[in-house]
Amino acid sequence: MTDKTQQQSAVSENGPPKHEGGPHPPVVGECGVQSAVSVRDVVRHFGRFAALRGISAEFAPGQLYVLLGENGAGKSTLLRVIAGLLAPSRGSIRILGSENIRSVATRFGYMGHAPLLYDEMSAIENLEYFAALYGIEDRTRCEEAIRTVGLDPALERRVGQYSQGMRQRISLARAIVHGPELLFLDEPFSNVDVRSAKQMTTLLAKMRDTGTTIFVVTHQAALMEPVADESIVLDAGRLVAREKGIPARLLTPYLAEESAALRKQAEHRRFEVEP
Amino acid sequence: MTSAPGLWAITRRSLAKDLRLEWRSKDAINSMLFFALLVVVIFSFGFDPTAEESRKIAGGLLWVAILFATVVALNQTWTRELRNQVLDAYRLSPAPPMALFLAKTVGNFIFVSILEVLMVPLFVVFYNLRSVGPLWQLLVVAVLATWALVVNGTFFAALSIRTRSREIMLPLILFPISIPALLAMVDATTSILTGDNSPMFWIRLLAVYDLVFTTVSLILFEPVLNAE
Amino acid sequence: MKTLFNALAVFTALLLGYGFCQAMYVAPTEATMGDVQRIFYYHLPSAWVAFLLFFVNFLASVWYLVRRTIGADALALASAEVGVSFCTIVLITGPIWARPIWGIWWTWDARLTSTLVLWLIYVSYLVLRHYATGGQVPVLAAALGIFGFLDVPIVYMAIRWFRTQHPQPVIGGGQGSGLDPTMWHAVLWNLAAFSMLALMFVWVRYRQALAEHALEEAHAQASLDYETEGAQ
Repeated sequence: MTDKTQQQSAVSENGPPKHEGGPHPPVVGECGVQSAVSVRDVVRHFGRFAALRGISAEFAPGQLYVLLGENGAGKSTLLRVIAGLLAPSRGSIRILGSENIRSVATRFGYMGHAPLLYDEMSAIENLEYFAALYGIEDRTRCEEAIRTVGLDPALERRVGQYSQGMRQRISLARAIVHGPELLFLDEPFSNVDVRSAKQMTTLLAKMRDTGTTIFVVTHQAALMEPVADESIVLDAGRLVAREKGIPARLLTPYLAEESAALRKQAEHRRFEVEP
Repeated sequence: MTSAPGLWAITRRSLAKDLRLEWRSKDAINSMLFFALLVVVIFSFGFDPTAEESRKIAGGLLWVAILFATVVALNQTWTRELRNQVLDAYRLSPAPPMALFLAKTVGNFIFVSILEVLMVPLFVVFYNLRSVGPLWQLLVVAVLATWALVVNGTFFAALSIRTRSREIMLPLILFPISIPALLAMVDATTSILTGDNSPMFWIRLLAVYDLVFTTVSLILFEPVLNAE
Repeated sequence: MKTLFNALAVFTALLLGYGFCQAMYVAPTEATMGDVQRIFYYHLPSAWVAFLLFFVNFLASVWYLVRRTIGADALALASAEVGVSFCTIVLITGPIWARPIWGIWWTWDARLTSTLVLWLIYVSYLVLRHYATGGQVPVLAAALGIFGFLDVPIVYMAIRWFRTQHPQPVIGGGQGSGLDPTMWHAVLWNLAAFSMLALMFVWVRYRQALAEHALEEAHAQASLDYETEGAQ
């Protein structure tokens, strides 16, 4: 263990001790395991609108995190910032021990709110193309990924003609074809039929059990309840709560009152950034 | 694990993907071909020259017509990548941005070349053109000129996806910078057709233009791609 | 800073005044063109200053892409706007000069044409800045600024060759037609005056651009603090 471990062994849920500035050191948690994702004082604004108002958190590997919150709370923005699609206005992110997200690109996958697929190609054609972007030329791996999400790789139909449930599943297959150890999913179950949703959930749980770290943004907390390790609640760009599993009160679809109460509590618990 | 993918492999893959998608949704190329035909016909109505005059102005008319057809073609370069936000998937992968740019540029080059193959014979027919200078020189000019239009066009099309009034923005920023290349391609073509002057200076200028702007586009593409 | 600015402003005004005297009274009347030629003392310095400003834009654009400092972007914007202004002066004084001499407003003269293309390039730069959305305007603009400036030598070479192939009357008699040494005083003094004027304009615009940015930041910061103050 290095010196840094000594300094940071007391890391709490509030995030790492504040540094003056400078590089974001790797944070090692209580079990001596390095965080899979480390978020430090992240702020993001679009013009005058602050979408993320100072978020700091450590996320241990091998867990399934569910991000909950109202529309506009900043869940998708946070995911995009962590995945490297958006640069933070302030603060820093560390993924899998590295601040340079591009260098670990082969080790994480992202499933967006939009399908991230070409409508005029079939499932296997889409998978083969995206797998090639990761350096995978092996067709069987693509077929395998499609089978894993419960679809037939031989299906010639264009993805644009799929039902939403099938399309989301292919999108998931695309996100995992390169065998990532970290996975981000943004609203994977929106407009998806129950069977597809349940199947995806089971798959996610299985992946988590084999050590993959998973982040899911969703409005359908009930779906994730059996498999979630931690729920993270965002409200108006701030992290207001972090709990084991998904407690019953967060299962309701509308969190407005709950968020207000949590926000009040949060003010006393130093989740927000110093000005 | 997976190895870092090579530049040429990704370029080939992306180009193949684009060509396949273009082939499948044939409406784009069909409407482009018809547009190109219309442009040639309308220009012919506008200018009704004698055989001697036609050699002098055909170069200019032809390249202006190709320029307009090119802009219409370029505008949809990145549209496909924005649908379903599929561009994000590329950005997230370890694939080099340069490869994406090269693939798009080569794809556009092929696309515009197909348009030229249609438009040039039509021009020859409508204007009764016969070239005094050698044909191989015309071919060299055509290749260099097309690349000049397409390399900047593809880059600026990428710039304009982050703007309002996307369709008008592309010609607005493309035309001024393309002026020296346009001058070169028009004058070179005219020189060859009429046999009056040597086109060599223009050919060299086009080559320099292509080299400079291809290099700059490749270097600057990454920040532009990730500008969100 | 403010006293320095004021001092320089006064100095610039003096320079402009002195330059005016030089141009209008001290410099001799041109043999063939008469007093109309005196517009040259504004035409040429404007061209040089515009070109210099576009070079500054190029450097600022490169600096921005390398360092992403907001000052670089502010300087790029300021130098482009002031550069386009001076370029416009060149394009207006050219025809004003040509009309009495040649009887025509415009001849596609090599230098004037090149200046026109330059003007078009940087106006398109300003258009892009205006129409781009989101916080990435500086990146896109910097890319276009670099493209634009790299095009400049190619533009000049192309148009000069074109004009040797297809000669036309040259506005201004060209540099090569020899300036009387006494005329150089007027040229240089006005060049100095215009350079100072450009510096002042860029300075003001630069500070304004920085202030605009600071205002955006302040608004964003205010919305951050709003929550902390316990507002519901």
